[in-house]
Amino acid sequence: MKKVEMPKMGDTMEEGKILHWIKKEGDPVKKGEMLAEVETDKVNIEIEAFASGTLRKILVSEGNSAPIGAAIALIGAADEPLSENTGGNGATKTPATREPGEHSPGNAQSVPAQVLSSTVAAPTPGKGGRIFISPIARRIAQEHRLDYATLQGTGPNGRIIKMDVEAALSRLQPVVTAMPEAVGVAGAQPVPPQALPISSTEPIMASIDTGEVVEIPLTAMRRTIARRLSQSMQTAPHFYVTSVIDTDKLAALRQQINEYAATDPSPVKVSFNDLIVKAVARALVRIPQVNVSFAEDRILQKKQVHIGVAVALEQGLIVPVLRNADQRGILDIAREARRLSEAAREGKLRPEDFSGGTFTVSNLGMFDVDSFTAVINAPESAILAVGSITPTPVVVDGQVVVRNRMKVTLSADHRAIDGAMAARFLQEVKRLLEEPFGLIL
Amino acid sequence: MRTITYRDALREAIREEMLRDERVFILGEDIAGYGGTYAVTKGLFEEFGEKRVRDTPLAEEVITGAAIGAALGGLRPILELMTINFSLLATDLIVNSAAKLHYMFGGQPQLPLVIRTPGGGGAQRGAQHSQMFESWYAHIPGLKVVMPGTPYDVKGMFKSAVRDPDPVLFIEHELLYNVKGEVPDEDVEYTVPLNLAEVKRPGREVTIITFSRMLHLSLQAADDLSKEGIEAEVIDLRSIRPIDIDLIVDSVKKTNRVVIAEEGWKYYGTGQGLAALIYEHAFDHMDAPIQHVTGADVPMPYSKALERAALPRKSDIIEAVKAIVPAALVRG
Repeated sequence: MKKVEMPKMGDTMEEGKILHWIKKEGDPVKKGEMLAEVETDKVNIEIEAFASGTLRKILVSEGNSAPIGAAIALIGAADEPLSENTGGNGATKTPATREPGEHSPGNAQSVPAQVLSSTVAAPTPGKGGRIFISPIARRIAQEHRLDYATLQGTGPNGRIIKMDVEAALSRLQPVVTAMPEAVGVAGAQPVPPQALPISSTEPIMASIDTGEVVEIPLTAMRRTIARRLSQSMQTAPHFYVTSVIDTDKLAALRQQINEYAATDPSPVKVSFNDLIVKAVARALVRIPQVNVSFAEDRILQKKQVHIGVAVALEQGLIVPVLRNADQRGILDIAREARRLSEAAREGKLRPEDFSGGTFTVSNLGMFDVDSFTAVINAPESAILAVGSITPTPVVVDGQVVVRNRMKVTLSADHRAIDGAMAARFLQEVKRLLEEPFGLIL
Repeated sequence: MRTITYRDALREAIREEMLRDERVFILGEDIAGYGGTYAVTKGLFEEFGEKRVRDTPLAEEVITGAAIGAALGGLRPILELMTINFSLLATDLIVNSAAKLHYMFGGQPQLPLVIRTPGGGGAQRGAQHSQMFESWYAHIPGLKVVMPGTPYDVKGMFKSAVRDPDPVLFIEHELLYNVKGEVPDEDVEYTVPLNLAEVKRPGREVTIITFSRMLHLSLQAADDLSKEGIEAEVIDLRSIRPIDIDLIVDSVKKTNRVVIAEEGWKYYGTGQGLAALIYEHAFDHMDAPIQHVTGADVPMPYSKALERAALPRKSDIIEAVKAIVPAALVRG
């Protein structure tokens, strides 16, 4: 029994999708005959049989993907018994179908009934979708909160090895062609570090015009965003608390700081977002119940305060992390934010620059939005969505006056944080921003 | 520094220790007038006389017992067992007496005994005379088992063995005696500790752990691999018991990959014991399963061609390295 493996067609190809089986199970095949049509990251191509015999078993059904080198079918004599192992070996390299994050073989639901048994009986990774990864590769992945389930292992038997994880971490920094000013601008749905592209960045995938619609293939980044944020939204019960913050004093303070900072030996400009980060960090120190992760059987309260700042990129999002933001001065935060944004722009973020966040700030103020709600950046438990600063008529002492105001909305994971706690936290953020001297004291 | 053979370095160590301490004497089969089966003790009989260089009957059990008795009585015997294969006749003395008397008598008797004995194959000595038994003895608490691989180490470790208060099994290799290497001049006194491994060649991608004759094949393999862009770190265990696990773990933390290369059989031997220790202490640093290069799992054939096939070769080490070093790490 010979295995038909998913061939490698092109340098960037990591997996191929079976569009159509030209031969069916039981069909005789001759060497050189076309077996199936396969979609790669770039093209559709027909793959041919390398051996003659009977197509005994289709291991990857139409519409499903398999990584390079994985067995997709078996060719043998018509009466040759199908060994259970034969089917499993190819799949051992990596799950035959790998919808990111799915631990069970993704093709199990869609394969024809007669194939199902042997596919599911495959020794690995069909049983519970075991992922083979070397100890050090796993450790590095976990340290960087990298979801290694989506990686293609290049070690023996498809094992994910250290090199694969390191390559994935280095690819976490997408190529950025243009990016708005990083500070003060960010996506509404920040992507946690592990959501970033860990297969190729695929910026050159072609769209297909089918008449009615233009089909835009998913980049790995988009796929991961979809998966991660769906996961967050589905597992973490979100609730939202909105507060309106008067920013006049904050603006005055910012102006004073910037006048000073302009004459600093290393001049720097402080943005509103830098001040918001500072306020959030300080509030998290005072209310550590918000600086948590929900871990099913317990809550992990983080001792350190690392603030992620969602940054929009052309092809997605990245969330660089301001480490120990609570311990940094405002100028330091501004400098670090600038360094991170420049590093993101140049694709030079290091893994520690975008991992380990404990809370995220997402700011769309620059885009003239009144307010919005953000999706929590798991495994964090809360995210603050910041809207534009807007001149607003308000009543002060019976008089209508114009004040600058900003709406912020906290999304919180109700498994870990209750409404009153979220409100207390937001109240503290509001107090720190409305009486902003606290930020520099 | 001079370049001398392993044999000469060893002889110098014996001689210098005999000159240093008159309690030191040597005994064994054909070691006096004949100068030893491998000529290690050549000339010592003439220099020190029959009181300190004693030929014995061909009776390993008897002469090992005599050496143990001499050590208990306050002398510092160096016993040569002609090959480690013959030590099997004296196993009870070594395991049940030498290794245990200090313990069983409340630490009162010291047993400063060195048993010198060569092992290994490659010289067509047949199935009964080509074996590696270090792991048998290294299994026993109460024994020290060392296997230096270079002239420098053999001289320095032999001196440490003679001065050690406990029984030391000092295992040589028939094919090492003519290996040459740098050794300090005769007037330079040095010793090498009995408990430390050594990095014989620094590297990055993989750690080759080896000892005795396989050290030299490992170093040659590392040279070849280097031409292909793989820098292998070669660790010479030198001591089988105690084993220097700290040095090994440090290396594994750096390379994440291990090849163990030994001449002996695979099952239940030195390499497997070592592999278990590495997994115990460095699991989180492993990027690939340990590869194990060993002799073939057969009695050593007498036929030259078959013997060659049964012994591990340089190419086996190279293949083992390539099996776990990703091609993409290899700088072309």
